[in-house]
Amino acid sequence: MSRDGGVAPQSLILRNIMTELIKLQNVCKDYEMGDSIVKAICNINLVIKQGEFIAILGPSGSGKSTMMNMVGALDLTTRGDIFLRGIDIEHISESELAQIRGKDIGFVFQTFNLIPTLTALENVMLPMLFHDYPRKERFERAEKLLERVGLSHRLSHFPNELSGGERQRVAIARALANEPKIILADEPTGNLDSKTGEEIITFFSELNKEGKTIIIVTHDNEVAKKAKRIIRIKDGQIIEDKFIKEKK
Amino acid sequence: MLYDFFILALNNLKRRKLRSWLTVIGIVIGIAAVVGLISIGQGLQEAVNEQFASLGADKITIMGKAGGMISPFASEISSKPLTERDIEIIREISGVEIVSGLLMKSLEAEFKGEKKNILVYGIEPEEYSEMFESVYTFYKGRALDSEDKSKIILGYNVANKDFEKKIGVGDKIKINEREFEVVGLLEKIGDPSDDSSIILNIDSLKEMIGNEEIVSMIFAKINPGADIDKVAEEIEKQMKKERDEKLNEEPKTFVVQTSEQLLEAFGNILGIVQAVLVGIAAISLFVGGVGIMNTMYTSILERTKEIGIMKAIGAKNTNILTIFLFEAGLIGLIGGVIGVSIGIGIAKATELIAMEALGTRWLKASANLSIYIGALIFAFLIGVISGTIPALRASKLKPVDALRYE
Repeated sequence: MSRDGGVAPQSLILRNIMTELIKLQNVCKDYEMGDSIVKAICNINLVIKQGEFIAILGPSGSGKSTMMNMVGALDLTTRGDIFLRGIDIEHISESELAQIRGKDIGFVFQTFNLIPTLTALENVMLPMLFHDYPRKERFERAEKLLERVGLSHRLSHFPNELSGGERQRVAIARALANEPKIILADEPTGNLDSKTGEEIITFFSELNKEGKTIIIVTHDNEVAKKAKRIIRIKDGQIIEDKFIKEKK
Repeated sequence: MLYDFFILALNNLKRRKLRSWLTVIGIVIGIAAVVGLISIGQGLQEAVNEQFASLGADKITIMGKAGGMISPFASEISSKPLTERDIEIIREISGVEIVSGLLMKSLEAEFKGEKKNILVYGIEPEEYSEMFESVYTFYKGRALDSEDKSKIILGYNVANKDFEKKIGVGDKIKINEREFEVVGLLEKIGDPSDDSSIILNIDSLKEMIGNEEIVSMIFAKINPGADIDKVAEEIEKQMKKERDEKLNEEPKTFVVQTSEQLLEAFGNILGIVQAVLVGIAAISLFVGGVGIMNTMYTSILERTKEIGIMKAIGAKNTNILTIFLFEAGLIGLIGGVIGVSIGIGIAKATELIAMEALGTRWLKASANLSIYIGALIFAFLIGVISGTIPALRASKLKPVDALRYE
């Protein structure tokens, strides 16, 4: 399915030839609050390459949610450019953007954001529906993905019949459905107890080892510890961007 | 693929059952009213057609006209009534086979002490039976012949319903103090005024009202192969001459109509009545459509976040649009199915009630599949059209705004 999925493992080792997935160039985002304009983030320059495991860290109100919206191409900038795999997202239609986003980025949210009327299996099948996979393939892939996150016994359960940890795992399976290169998680452990949270982060590590690019937005230093690159945000600016030395 | 979107839409309707049903009711009422009224209207039209078919396509009817009113009762109040002289003129016109005058009068009839005002038809027995053989059938007794000056025939209701005691062949009835003997009982025709009338010899009726000349209507039957429109034209021309009316103007004191023209005139009136009724019913459909729109807006507000999620995981605007249009269309379609069923029920019930209470077979529900299918498609379209603006709005929500919505 993915165009260069096959080369993912090598790209881990050869970081300097890793493909640029997301590039933010002088990005600013302002919000209007009544009469005044609030600058949520300003002059952000950032390049995210394939295979990275990034934690975007910052206290609430620091602009990290805005960062996540920008990185995930969920919103357009006030100034500056966002490139998703070399494509300037300002210059494509909303539907094209939705397709690229759905194909390249898997979202995991703090509040899980599963569709309440659909079963676990159907929730995982949904992104594939929007990308015109045949029903049989959707079904089989979703089943496999849920098995992968350890929920093969929960296929036909509705979200409200699942625990928080289970819901987040369904959400991860859903994020993986279209075989995206990037998993973008917004406070994925925020609504989970610490043990379950840790399991989820470990799972993200595993995915990263398989070649997925992981971006976690969080305020939790513990979560950030697993990451290989930490970007600290404060007052809408990047105040630190450091790579953690790998053991290998 | 569409099937999956359909299932998604259905799930969403099920989630808010009560609201979905309430919205559906709006459409049900409108569609039921429209279908019911159209069915009855069509039935009425068919019944009229049937009546005229039994009358025959070779008949020309001449009625009086007074002050713009055209009816069997216009002749006698007209400045120039229809008379025996007109019958003579028409008889001479080529292409005319039989001519028959009919005199109608409401008179007091008395049977075993019970008095009733009853419509009395004075006919020319031989011509009449030749002209209207199809509706001139008896379940008891016989037809009049030209010698029967003191004999009468009773409509079905006169014999069975209108008087407290049933009347049979051989019974005596007094009309305007003159005694008549019943010789025949007509079968039910289905038109209440015909079924509640008494038929007697036109000469006897003329004697009773003391006027030898005037008739209410004149019927002419044309020769086989003759052109009915030409004959009708000729009749009109000759009658105008007789009355010194201008030939190039509409006749002022009478009307000549072929069965076809009569049918057309009747059909036009029916059509207008039906259009007005269906128009009123359509207003309720419009209200139902507004109901769908309202429900869809509410539903989109409630599901803003969900729309954001779907967009975040790759839903295109058209995907969101499809889901919401399916939802709105489904509400319309379900309303349509129930509405059509109830509409058929209403039409059938009306038919039964009309038959029981009014004794008429004219109010008939006409089962026409194309109307029902049309109504279903229409209901679906109302749903889709009402849902379009809300669905467009949903599809255009920005994912980030939608996700932030609580």
